[in-house]
Amino acid sequence: MVGLSLMRPLKVKIWRGGQQGAFVAYEVPRLASQSVLDVVTYVQRSLDPSLSYRFSCRVGMCGSCAMSVNGVARWTCRTHVAKVTDEARDDVLELAPLSNLPIIKDLTTDMSEFFDKWAKAKGQFTGTLTRDDEFSNVKPDSPERKKVDAAIECIGCGVCYASCDTVSWRPDYLGPAALNRAWSLVNDVRDAAQNDRLKSVAGDSGCHACHTHTTCSERCPKGIEPTAGISGLKRLAARAAIRGELD
Amino acid sequence: MKASTQAKLWYAQRISAMLLALCVLVHLVTILYAMRGGLSAAEILARTRGNFSFAIFYFVFVLSVVVHAPIGLARIAEEWMQWRGRSLHIALLLVTLLLTVLGLRAVWGVYVG
Repeated sequence: MVGLSLMRPLKVKIWRGGQQGAFVAYEVPRLASQSVLDVVTYVQRSLDPSLSYRFSCRVGMCGSCAMSVNGVARWTCRTHVAKVTDEARDDVLELAPLSNLPIIKDLTTDMSEFFDKWAKAKGQFTGTLTRDDEFSNVKPDSPERKKVDAAIECIGCGVCYASCDTVSWRPDYLGPAALNRAWSLVNDVRDAAQNDRLKSVAGDSGCHACHTHTTCSERCPKGIEPTAGISGLKRLAARAAIRGELD
Repeated sequence: MKASTQAKLWYAQRISAMLLALCVLVHLVTILYAMRGGLSAAEILARTRGNFSFAIFYFVFVLSVVVHAPIGLARIAEEWMQWRGRSLHIALLLVTLLLTVLGLRAVWGVYVG
């Protein structure tokens, strides 16, 4: 490990306040393999205990610590400072709360609407079996199961939602995460609420509003491609509409 | 507007986009071909007038524009100008009528004169 004294301190700017606020500058010692979350934690524990931010697992499982890092939404626990700033150029690390969500304080956003939209997109499983029935058999290599596999690992961090231009232009748009959740259930052969779900995700506040910019797919830390799922929903919902099944 | 109607409009825009891709290509290639041959406007019209396939082609072209453009304009109005609802629908209906009249008049001019 390189000694602290040999490295320049890292210049950090962090958003302080609510919807109205400003960036405040800090200096944080550089460390090898330092994550952006480490930097925020250092600021709160050593420089200003009033800084608010969210984190939990620190290993990329819980989806709590997403923030805007130099203008790009990222999961901060698994983003190395060295990946987003160049020490030789003395780059500043700018940290802001996620876009497209109301700011509560500092780096903490109100994610209620983000999760309410999962419910609006019928993001809950509707089963038909009881505890007395046999288990369903879903083959791991069936086409439906493979589509579910591609979408299921979402951790709900909100990076896609914060990165989506369509969400910023059309606040009632359900957004990539909710639609990705709907897509994973559309491909669940056990689910019995398919038509209701298609009704919920069709139209201008649902999948048909997506402009296929693919920013969500580019930025998803889990490598999910919500754009692909949304395209699938567009086709299914439009066909159902033509057949009169959405009326 | 009902979600099912919105979904149908999306489908209409997608299919008209496919037609437009083809029509624009044929249109541009025809223009380049005619201009390189050094044909004058009068010579071009002499070839298109009474030519039924030209009339059918441009009729389909105009129809695709009439379907495609107002749906796209609605997206721009809603997302960039925050203009929604009845007044927007009426304005777009007028745009649709205008495109239909101007487009079909042009087809008529090329086919009949």
